[in-house]
Amino acid sequence: MPKQVKLAAHFPGVNNTTVWSDPRSGSQIDFSSFEHLARTAERGKFDFLFLAEGLRLREHAGKILDSDVVGRPNTTTVLAALSAVTTRLGLAGTLSSTFNEPYEVARQVASIDHLSGGRAAWNVVTSPDAWTGQNFRRGGFLKREDRYRRAEEFLATVRELWDSWAPDALVGDKENGVFARGIGRFVHSGPQFDIHGAFTVPRTPQGQPIVIQAGDSDEGREFAAKTADVIFSRHGSLESGKEFFADVKRRLPAYGREPGELLIMPAATFVLGDTEEDAHEQAREIRYQQVRPATAIQFLEQVWSRDLSAYDADGPLPEIDPDPDAEPLTWGRVRHEKDPLAVAAKWRAIAEEKKLSIRELVIEVTARQQFVGTARQVAESIDEYVQGDAADGFVLVPHLTPGGLDAFVDDVIPQLQERGVFRSDYTGDTLREHLFSR
Amino acid sequence: MGSAQQLHLGVALDGAGQHPAAWRVSDVRPSALFTAAHYLAHAKLAEAASLDFVTLDDTLALQPGGEEVVRGRLDALLTFAAIAPVTSGIGLIPTVTTTHTEPFHISTAVASLDFASRGRAGVLAVPSRTEAEVAHFGRRTLPSEVDAEAENAEVVDVIARLWDSWEDGAIIRDEPTGRFIDREKLHYVDFEGRFFSIKGPSITPRPPQGHPVVAVYGDSPYAHGADVVLADEIRGARERFPDAKLLAGLSIVLAETEQAAIERRRALEAYAPFPPGPSFTGTPAGLATELPRLAASNGLDGFHLRPAVLPDDLALFTAETVPALQAAGAFRQAYTGATLRDHLGLGVAANQYAEA
Repeated sequence: MPKQVKLAAHFPGVNNTTVWSDPRSGSQIDFSSFEHLARTAERGKFDFLFLAEGLRLREHAGKILDSDVVGRPNTTTVLAALSAVTTRLGLAGTLSSTFNEPYEVARQVASIDHLSGGRAAWNVVTSPDAWTGQNFRRGGFLKREDRYRRAEEFLATVRELWDSWAPDALVGDKENGVFARGIGRFVHSGPQFDIHGAFTVPRTPQGQPIVIQAGDSDEGREFAAKTADVIFSRHGSLESGKEFFADVKRRLPAYGREPGELLIMPAATFVLGDTEEDAHEQAREIRYQQVRPATAIQFLEQVWSRDLSAYDADGPLPEIDPDPDAEPLTWGRVRHEKDPLAVAAKWRAIAEEKKLSIRELVIEVTARQQFVGTARQVAESIDEYVQGDAADGFVLVPHLTPGGLDAFVDDVIPQLQERGVFRSDYTGDTLREHLFSR
Repeated sequence: MGSAQQLHLGVALDGAGQHPAAWRVSDVRPSALFTAAHYLAHAKLAEAASLDFVTLDDTLALQPGGEEVVRGRLDALLTFAAIAPVTSGIGLIPTVTTTHTEPFHISTAVASLDFASRGRAGVLAVPSRTEAEVAHFGRRTLPSEVDAEAENAEVVDVIARLWDSWEDGAIIRDEPTGRFIDREKLHYVDFEGRFFSIKGPSITPRPPQGHPVVAVYGDSPYAHGADVVLADEIRGARERFPDAKLLAGLSIVLAETEQAAIERRRALEAYAPFPPGPSFTGTPAGLATELPRLAASNGLDGFHLRPAVLPDDLALFTAETVPALQAAGAFRQAYTGATLRDHLGLGVAANQYAEA
């Protein structure tokens, strides 16, 4: 049997992926939108639905960013509510290990695992920044170099709590009056957390809910290899995907783990057309809607840390250089570039070689893994990535809320099923079973 | 008929009922307490009777007691989130612990419960004063009662500021200007309190009710704030909470005859003493006579009922007491509004940041 594709659906978050100006674009906040996407993903037999987390609204040049979709609900609350309107779909969400404590994260994820009958997953992230911390009691207290140390100890502590009730602790013997016996206690004493007591949640249907990790740095890869079930990656192309895949899987034996115990799932967008040309034309239009002139300038300003509002997005890149010492102009976005001068030089070279305007350049450099084509071509392509060990599957990010996954489920899923690389129905009840049975 | 005072009625859905031995005599399977189905079934009973709301208790530590009592529970807010989309009328008021939880998370979680329930969310804000919870978090010492209550009131204040930090209509989707939101309608709360500070605005737009209903227990002399006050000690409560909806806590043990109710109570007491606090033991009809009388003589707006055994006492209450109250004109025949604020007659919540 060929390798089976894993699929997750990402509820489009607060960035410029979502094309809010499209007439088909609905609410990003009403529960009915989450329900629609979840039901669609379940209809398509997806492994899980994934929600990101927001802890502070993005700002640009001292103001709240108003050009992208903004505003979203609390992650765990939505996942719990979605458990009511789905029966098999995994429910995954990001919860910061910086602005929460292990006891409450363990309790929330374990609660969702019970409420959903074993479908919960937690994407462990850290945040070092005091800017986000201004919304929390503790503020921004975490040193950058401590990020993974805290995350690792946080996760280990959560797992101790999940394991603290014996599987048979809930006795429920009405006659003899034994409700629970031998509720475990925990003692965790480490550099980050020094806590002890008893957990309030019995062992969950999955025992250990699924753990997801998204780091790309060397420490992030090591952390994932050591302990995660799924890793989200940003490696889009076939070649870089293969490299990442091989690198991460190579790290597993050191922790006594098999290659199949950690699944690699890059994020990907998709555009479907009746013909290949039609799909590419649509993809081009979508990219232009995602990167409007103002968005392009803002994106450049993130790197330049200067006011570039006088520049024309349809004109050439600014002749002035980024200010490497300036405070960031943009807050709340993940910054991947450490050396702005080098980035600017690289971009100038690309723009010059390909004769690109600012807007065209931004479209070019912000492109993510994208599957564009007919349903058959997209299915072939996904299959190629998975069989070629560039990924175990994908986290699909539709560009429309909430109907953006409908066509994928209607048209691409049957193609994958026909190829024998995707389930035609769920064979288990829990997310762990979806991801790891055979 | 219409001149009788309209009572507000909420029901506690804790464990298998309020009595510690309820789980032994209830038809409910003990393991069901860790499923959504248990809470859904009982919320549906309350909803069919058009009751105002259900509550669910919570703490960040195990319930005290030994192996003979219910111990362990799921997160109350998430449990109610898991029944929100599949109920339609009943208000949902989970307990949230305010001493250890981040106010920012409380605000967005309750707002999100309001979105998932389409305007039926509330929160029972309760401070924690147990060493067990302190040890589970390990980052602060046990607060005094007066400090814990002051912090609770501060949380209640700031979560409403965060709800208001997005004005209604802030999402404009204005294509000509490329603006998804009108940022003039978003507000930093810049809250600096005694216990914490928060920048804001919320990440979550203003919820359907504007302000989901905030409830507190009024039994501590230091308790203040909130739209709804639940209190076992009702003497002097009206003076202390002049503007809140005041609901008295009342445990109920019901049966078709007075004698049968007393026997049910004795059977429970053979296992364990009845929990402290006001209680009623008798017939559903007797309770229907008692409630309006108690409310009138104590200046109460209604009751927070704690069925001794679920579903038994809740089923009798909704099947017999509620129709008797309706016949006496003391309770609504059906929901007249869609939101929990509607049920409680709280009116539209003003936004403290919006220009008048």
